[in-house]
Amino acid sequence: MSVRINLVRRAQDLPREELFMPGHGLCAGCTASTIVRHLLKIAGRNTIVVNATGCVEVSTTMYPYTSWKVPWIHVAFENAAAVASGVESAIRVLKKKGVIDPSKEIKVIVLAGDGGTYDIGFQALSGMLERGHKIMYVLYDNEAYMNTGIQRSGSTPAHAWTTTTPIGKVMRGKPQVKKPIGEIVAAHRIPYVATTNVAHFIDMDNKFIKGLQAEGPSFIHVLQPCTAGWKFDPRLGIKLARLATQTAMWINWEYDHGEFRVTVRVPKRKHVRHYLKPQGRFKGLTEEEIEEIQKLVNSEVERINKMVGEEVIGPLAEE
Amino acid sequence: MEDLLEIRFHGRGGQGAVTAANILADAAVREGKYAQAFPHFGAERRGAPVVAFARISTKPIEVHSRIERPDIVVVLDSMLFELVDVTSGLKRGGILVANSKRNPGIEGDYKVYCVDATGIAMRKGLVVSGWPVVNTVMLGALSKATGIVSLDSLAEVISSRFPEDVAKRNIDAMKSAAESVHTC
Amino acid sequence: MERSMLRVKQKRVALNSNHAVAYAVRDVDVDVIAAYPITPQTTIMEKLSEMVANGEIDAELIHVESEHSALSAVVGASAAGARVFTATSSQGLELMHEVLHIASGMRLPIVMAVPTRALSAPISIWNDYSDLMNTRDTSWITLIASTAQEVYDSIIQAYMVAEDPRVLLPVMVAYDGFLMSHTYEPLNIPEDPTAIRELVPRRDRITLDIDKPVTMGTITDPRWYYEIKYQQVKAMQNASLVLKETSKTLHEVLGRKYEPVEGYKMDDAEVAILTYGGLFGTVQEAVDIIRDKGLDIGAIRLRQWRPFPSEELTHLMHDIDTIIVIDRAISYGASIQGPVALEVYPIAARMGVHVFSVIAGIGQRTVLEKDIMGIVNKVLDYLDQGVIPLRSIYWGVRGGE
Repeated sequence: MSVRINLVRRAQDLPREELFMPGHGLCAGCTASTIVRHLLKIAGRNTIVVNATGCVEVSTTMYPYTSWKVPWIHVAFENAAAVASGVESAIRVLKKKGVIDPSKEIKVIVLAGDGGTYDIGFQALSGMLERGHKIMYVLYDNEAYMNTGIQRSGSTPAHAWTTTTPIGKVMRGKPQVKKPIGEIVAAHRIPYVATTNVAHFIDMDNKFIKGLQAEGPSFIHVLQPCTAGWKFDPRLGIKLARLATQTAMWINWEYDHGEFRVTVRVPKRKHVRHYLKPQGRFKGLTEEEIEEIQKLVNSEVERINKMVGEEVIGPLAEE
Repeated sequence: MEDLLEIRFHGRGGQGAVTAANILADAAVREGKYAQAFPHFGAERRGAPVVAFARISTKPIEVHSRIERPDIVVVLDSMLFELVDVTSGLKRGGILVANSKRNPGIEGDYKVYCVDATGIAMRKGLVVSGWPVVNTVMLGALSKATGIVSLDSLAEVISSRFPEDVAKRNIDAMKSAAESVHTC
Repeated sequence: MERSMLRVKQKRVALNSNHAVAYAVRDVDVDVIAAYPITPQTTIMEKLSEMVANGEIDAELIHVESEHSALSAVVGASAAGARVFTATSSQGLELMHEVLHIASGMRLPIVMAVPTRALSAPISIWNDYSDLMNTRDTSWITLIASTAQEVYDSIIQAYMVAEDPRVLLPVMVAYDGFLMSHTYEPLNIPEDPTAIRELVPRRDRITLDIDKPVTMGTITDPRWYYEIKYQQVKAMQNASLVLKETSKTLHEVLGRKYEPVEGYKMDDAEVAILTYGGLFGTVQEAVDIIRDKGLDIGAIRLRQWRPFPSEELTHLMHDIDTIIVIDRAISYGASIQGPVALEVYPIAARMGVHVFSVIAGIGQRTVLEKDIMGIVNKVLDYLDQGVIPLRSIYWGVRGGE
């Protein structure tokens, strides 16, 4: 599928209608609300959202209030993909039986954080992908269990501080590297998998569009800077997200029906220090440790460029 | 017929002992009787000795417990006589129907019937994955030896459960077992 | 239901309880089924798969990757407006446990069959009621059937009750794993399921509707949580009434009558044996034998475990002075360790009836009529000595007291 119609080219292309309402309890400067707001503008009213337990869920539905103008359900932490499988199957059979108007296109979207996706929800996610439900799974990745107060997850990057991976004398932040969830999902051979970044919202919004157009499961992995967990000035969320791409700590790519491409090219990348320094979670790392992270990024860039067959992510710029 | 008859089938996993019990119960129910059929509820795999049970009665059957003192024992595999005490718990004067050309050495106060079910199954082409399937053959012998259910009722159940050609072969085999079963 | 409703024409068939479940699920026109294989439940989903494959049921069958996902998927489907079904046993029910509470808390009319089975460790694929009894406080309406016929009828009734707007709670229909799930026995089922479908019409309820968006499964702080849970208490109370009404309807339509607790030879009984599930048949047989020996004994079968039928049980226990409760599950470390015995105790205490808690049939240890007679003799010995032990009697265990 290479449908390129109706893609977003600029902010003015987005619908004006707001389906994610203000007044919720997300942190000042939280970039998750930006992601959700864009997501619902793209998806529109005929959408059912299944939300895993997490920051977005608890902050937007404090009874008797809600921020959601579309049908929304939360069941538990690890099972959003299974719940969505049920919702999607129900709609399919109820349309067939004429209980729901068969002409209505109803989109089913899962919204889950990194804990609910990489870790506790991984089994249900894999099951949903394998069964081929037509569901778009949106992962907002803030790289730790932020809702419970910043504990490490399978997504937390190497050397990052969390309350369970302190930077101490012996342990220096998270000893392991971030799990490549996008590629693990892509290995399920589903129609559409993409990584994106809230700073590159045109890229993000178009990936939502493509994910919703896919004939089967799709998976959109969005980097979501977290002011509380990453410990940065609330003004800097979008800037940090952009720095993630500029340093190639984060690469925006897509697998569109098996075809891999990098959607945001970086001709010259910045040193990772530009991304790490504004974040309290990397405070206290030695120069050697920062260089170690740089090396991890270098080898990832090399791998990606090799996959694409050209230098889509360029060399480190001179300081 | 007694108010309640309890039957135990001995076979090997994959031979169809459980299905035999089910078909027997189904046939009895079609005759308006009350019946139960159940497996040993074990975790046995193919080839291992297995048992299955049935109860047939003129009155509703309330119990759901296992059978300890059967009135009738049906043995689907002649090798089992060496491996299993097939008469264990069998009531005095009880009936034993064996897949065997001659009496397999059963002693005691029992009526023993023999039928060469394996031979019949082979001749009638009842072989699945290299195994002669003797369950319906043994039901034919059981019907003739005990009159517990009629051949017609058994044939009705078999026709409802299997595709036409398979059912026909099974019914043929069942009938020839009924003709050749004999005391031994 | 109108009194004029005609009794439906039925046919007599031989089915095991698991297949009886599948036929009932077919007859109520379920929309979405999700299940995961586990012994002894598996043959339910096999039969349903066969029915879906043959077009006998117009349902979506979701082959989930775990029981947790099975219940989660039917929660999603039910929230989206579908009539749903799932089934499990033992470890599968344990894996579902988290979602059991959520399904009832979200007031979703889910129906689940539970052929009961012992719990690991050590692993046992055989029957007892440890799995079911662990779900006691999950706010599921729970029926325990004792024949394949009752299993079929109870699944139908489960949908009638669950979907009633006065209730909107999920229902479990439990029965003995293997001893019933795999036992063929005769039962009557309607020749034409249309009559069954009329018993369970599609009713409006709050669902994930794009035209009327709702937020389901919110976070709820101390100002509201208690009231929402209290609504569940009221719904469970309403369930007692709706169970009664629907039992009456089923009696009219199918000709079979079910009570929350059922007495057997209780009219002049001084001693009663209370149990549940397939074991009741054996207890009835034993009661007949013991009566022949001159003891005025009767039996009580508990069908409705949740909501617990305190009033009806009080009524049945009116003239007895001793009740023996045989449980097939253990509440480890409890004052008396039979879960149902614990439930009977406050009722008996109010009436001055002695309670003997007996544990039997654990991991499908065989319980025959002679065991029931042995249990009664043991209780009579205690009574002769004037001793009522404040602990359970463990029957049929090697090394037991």
